[in-house]
Amino acid sequence: MTAPRQLEMRTDVPAWRLLVTLGVAGAIAGFVLVFVYQVTLPRIEYNKAVRLAAAVEEVLKAPHRYDTLYVFDDGLTARLPAGTDPKALEAVYVGYAEDGVRIGFAITRAEAGFADLINVIFGYDHATGNVLGMKVLESKETPGLGDKIEKDADFVASFNGVVAPIQGVKAGEGSGDPHEVDLITGATISSRTLVRIINNALERLEPMLDSYLATATASAAVEAAR
Amino acid sequence: MSPRHTTPQQDLFRGIWRENPVLIQMLGLCPALAVTNTVANSLVMGIATFFVLVGSSLLVSIVKKLVPNEVRISTYILIIATFVTVADMTLEAIVPDIHKALGAFIALIVVNCMILSRQEAFASKNTIGRSLLDAFGTGFGFIIAMLMMGVVREVLGAGTIFNVKVIPGNFEPWVIFILPPGGFLTLGFWLLLLNWFQERRAERAKVREWPEGVAEGRAA
Repeated sequence: MTAPRQLEMRTDVPAWRLLVTLGVAGAIAGFVLVFVYQVTLPRIEYNKAVRLAAAVEEVLKAPHRYDTLYVFDDGLTARLPAGTDPKALEAVYVGYAEDGVRIGFAITRAEAGFADLINVIFGYDHATGNVLGMKVLESKETPGLGDKIEKDADFVASFNGVVAPIQGVKAGEGSGDPHEVDLITGATISSRTLVRIINNALERLEPMLDSYLATATASAAVEAAR
Repeated sequence: MSPRHTTPQQDLFRGIWRENPVLIQMLGLCPALAVTNTVANSLVMGIATFFVLVGSSLLVSIVKKLVPNEVRISTYILIIATFVTVADMTLEAIVPDIHKALGAFIALIVVNCMILSRQEAFASKNTIGRSLLDAFGTGFGFIIAMLMMGVVREVLGAGTIFNVKVIPGNFEPWVIFILPPGGFLTLGFWLLLLNWFQERRAERAKVREWPEGVAEGRAA
């Protein structure tokens, strides 16, 4: 029934009809997509912000409040010069306890794991060199094996209070050194990567944290002197 | 090749079981193997695919007379891709965690051959109502197949359903079932089981129709 009809049609379809069909279909598709994009975008960004805020709270062990600092011009600053887009910059979050004492910094960093990037956030107490806590924000590590870096509660908890720089050791072979974290059997590459990410992030940010704290202490002293 | 004449009931029900897209027609195996490691992932993937299939079938069957034969596949793909992008953005807004878990496979619904094959084989040649029935049946059959995979894999591979423990005691999960090989194993066992049933049923039907004939054949 259909096949012969289509064969006959083939001879008298002008080129402009093909163009118009695809053009109109494309235009309609474009309008629909732009509409849906604009409707869903606020919700998607809100979800991301909520997830990040929850992660910051978690790795800084429930701070009273926290501020966002931006990595700008090889330093940390809370106030950006006008015209800079904060979304394009790397951010570090600094948390305070209720009495205004600084608890520590929440730092994010992404590096290649076993499968795709592993994006990690961790809390860091600069004064003592302690890692406060760690959370994997995003990873595509193998389900059942590599994803233990986020699902194995013991492994995640083992970052609470470990002293940087961290050293990954095979499970059960540690010597009780405060720098040591037990790697996961079956997720060696993923857990080793996680340790490396935290060490690399600290290596890069440590000087910036130093100078930020120096200025912050100086300005606090000026405030106090007034 | 003249189209088969079917009743609306057949259009609706055949995709659910007798011509199940995954288990019988072997279409759309990529998501059926890749994202069925948990029940939740299977269900969301099934629903997203269902939505894309029904939407595309409706639209393709509405515009079937307007689209010249030469550009029909480009137009169908465009329609499917639009629905997939809509589903992608909607899932990211509503269930961000599952969207994260499904990763690239949502976008890959575009190239799910089950969807394009329904447009080519059915929606572009039938009325709007019957195309919808066909899409509902096929989409529902896809969801069933995804769940059949997901339940087996999550129960054996993690001991849970929807992250709720269902196997009591000290069950050590068979991790292989939530890894890629587990997908192949599960699908293989399901197909074995279903084919065995089908063969047995066919044989029984034969016995009913020609009791003596089969008996003689056996004797000889």
